[in-house]
Amino acid sequence: MANNYYDPKDLRKFGEITQWSEELGNKFFDYYGKVFEEGALTAREKSLIALAVSHTEQCPYCIDAYTKDSLERGVTKEQMMEAIHVGAAIKSGATLVHATMMMNKVNKLEM
Amino acid sequence: MAKLKQQSLRKRDNELASANRQLEILNGGIFENGELPTFAKKIMQTNQFPLRPKKLEILQINLGYMCNQVCEHCHVDAGPDRKEIMTWETMQMCLEVIKNTGAHTLDLTGGAPEMNPNFRRFVDKASQAGIKDFIVRSNLTIIRANKKYHDLPQFFKKHNVHVVSSMPHWTRGKTDKQRGEGVFDMSITALKQLNAVGYGMPGSNLKLDLVYNPNGAYLPGDQTSMEKEFKSALLADFNIQFHSLFAITNLPISRFLDYLIASENYEEYMYQLVEAYNPGAVKNVMCTNTISISWDGWLYDCDFNQMLGLKVASKVTHINQYNESILSDRDIVISQHCYGCTAGAGSSCQGVVTT
Ligand code: SF4
Ligand code: SF4
Repeated sequence: MANNYYDPKDLRKFGEITQWSEELGNKFFDYYGKVFEEGALTAREKSLIALAVSHTEQCPYCIDAYTKDSLERGVTKEQMMEAIHVGAAIKSGATLVHATMMMNKVNKLEM
Repeated sequence: MAKLKQQSLRKRDNELASANRQLEILNGGIFENGELPTFAKKIMQTNQFPLRPKKLEILQINLGYMCNQVCEHCHVDAGPDRKEIMTWETMQMCLEVIKNTGAHTLDLTGGAPEMNPNFRRFVDKASQAGIKDFIVRSNLTIIRANKKYHDLPQFFKKHNVHVVSSMPHWTRGKTDKQRGEGVFDMSITALKQLNAVGYGMPGSNLKLDLVYNPNGAYLPGDQTSMEKEFKSALLADFNIQFHSLFAITNLPISRFLDYLIASENYEEYMYQLVEAYNPGAVKNVMCTNTISISWDGWLYDCDFNQMLGLKVASKVTHINQYNESILSDRDIVISQHCYGCTAGAGSSCQGVVTT
């Protein structure tokens, strides 16, 4: 084991996860590849969604990969930042909307 | 993120101005210790070694390394301080070759080829040689750089020249970062001028194509989708039209190599290139149908090899002995920079090399 939990070089080894479970690994990569193909959404739009989700998931590998992928697809840094704000807004919104639970509970418990 | 430099590597006495130093880097490190396979090894795996030319289609002539710009990624290390310029004597030898060549395309490049004082005289003569496709690689800003260049669009039109121009992005910020302050606005004005005389308009025979190359240590995205983005943005924002977009990979040589090393992206970039290696692209790499001629008349497999000082491996190495049949019987000289031509959909001066 390396001294770090995360090593950028490990991203290159992603494909190796098929080694210990070939069928499932391959199924995953087939699915993954298909998802990112140009469809009703452009590959560029998908890349931006992936970038935003990478941040909400806080996955360093995904952030590395989809920042580069977005650049490759000609996405500007302003567009990337806005996409991340969309992710952040949903994250904070999702936190704050639960405040209604707290309020309900307080209202129920308090005289 | 590096600051835009105002001078060539040569002028700055940077060690990467030396072709040998560049080759040392490309042959050493991760390729020497076997971490990554050399390009030769890689193409051996699919029985494509040695790389051999097919039918000659393109004569690419470099009229000199002088340029009005000093783009950060430039593989030529061009700039205003470069004085290497093709003489009229060498041009005359080129004209003889152009008259007799089997190639259907003539491709003039630089630097800024228009800065060669004999540029117009040369184009005038060359356009009479009956070449099917006559390309001039124009960096756009040259048209605006000085009054004496303002009429280039009309000049190109008169000689039915196919204009191929670089445009790194459809936004100002990204363009100026790569090519220098003000380049975007000047390029837009130049494109408008070209459109005004008929270049790039739908159905027009006056061909105007744009070249896109990434603004950093990443590979170009899909050429077709990039073309769509460029077209809709340039049309919506500036009412500009063009024909095709060529997406070109930056090869790890010269100023781009310097950038990769200085920004500590070199190894990662080489990994990317090797990982994106596409054996299907090998058979169509540019050197298989092109001969590149330098400002001083030496012959190379491609413009990149020219910058690395790797002359053709043939009995004929100079334009004064030019002989197409002898040249066609040669092995192409390769090194690790070649991975730039075979990544993904492949890359050449005409964009991707696979369909
Ligand atoms: S990339 Fe082209 S325009 Fe830029 S410095 Fe090099 S030759 Fe000149
Ligand atoms: S760099 Fe030149 S020699 Fe190498 S593959 Fe590309 S075109 Fe051929």
